[in-house]
Amino acid sequence: MTAALALGDDALVLSHRLGEWAGHAPVLEEEVALANIALDLLGQARVLLSLAGDEDELAYLREERAFRNVQLVEQPNGDFAQTIARQLYFSTYQELLYERLARGTGPFAPLAAKAVKEVAYHRDHAEQWTLRLGDGTEESHERMRRGLDALWRFTGELFEPVEGCEVEWHTLHDAWLTRISSVLERATLTVPEGPRRGGWAAGAGRQGLHTEPFGRMLAEMQHLHRSHPGATW
Amino acid sequence: MSGSPSAEWPLWEVFVRSRRGLSHTHAGSLHAPDAEMALRNARDLYTRRSEGVSIWVVPSAEITASSPDERDPFFEPSADKPYRHPTFYAIPEGVRHL
Repeated sequence: MTAALALGDDALVLSHRLGEWAGHAPVLEEEVALANIALDLLGQARVLLSLAGDEDELAYLREERAFRNVQLVEQPNGDFAQTIARQLYFSTYQELLYERLARGTGPFAPLAAKAVKEVAYHRDHAEQWTLRLGDGTEESHERMRRGLDALWRFTGELFEPVEGCEVEWHTLHDAWLTRISSVLERATLTVPEGPRRGGWAAGAGRQGLHTEPFGRMLAEMQHLHRSHPGATW
Repeated sequence: MSGSPSAEWPLWEVFVRSRRGLSHTHAGSLHAPDAEMALRNARDLYTRRSEGVSIWVVPSAEITASSPDERDPFFEPSADKPYRHPTFYAIPEGVRHL
């Protein structure tokens, strides 16, 4: 199932990226918050990947080209502001998408109805930090702006229709842009300029093309299972 | 962790109400830049396993505590007055949380 892989890989890959903050977050409280979000996403990934096949095989034994996540979620954490920018872009998108899927009658409706509450919290977390970093000190404002700018070109791909998701993608996009603009305005930031579609934009993750850092992330994520198949503790 | 923000952020005390009908009880403390973030951190730290239906956060600096040195004048006089304890009443069956 194309859609189960696409949505499941989004959740799995972002979960792993957020997990990389463990032991490195700026404060203990924030480390726990990011780990909680990562665990929510991992739970979603398990349900979605199980719809597509064996979850462990899919997570640990696929090659890079077989992953269908958008390129946004595989982008490295960068500094804390860049992680928050990624969270803001993605969780706003995911909440709007799951709201729509939950209202439908497709195979994802039950998962989406449950997960949308988790994702609403992820979005709130990202918004709260965007407001504080954007409207904080000169340095935090600048870092937040850099994070938002760096990831902007990966946001167009979010709205490429996914086969199997009965969603009006253009209204999803409009709702996303409205929300992002409103948050950034309150945070004294501006919506980045620059292309999000076409030749200069990024985004072929759904077709299996990924950015260079993704290979290294996968190597770390998969090496234990590949070295010791079926290892447990 | 140089210049760790938690060293600069104020400390907050967290109170969690575990069920409707019970009072909030002290769950612990945490660092946060402001009250809104303290509430969210409290949610992540203390209510992830359905421990709560309501959270209060209070700046630790706003709490006035009794001093250990004054313990005797504060608490001792009440210890030898058994009539202050409601032990002379029969508690009806079925009354909980008393």
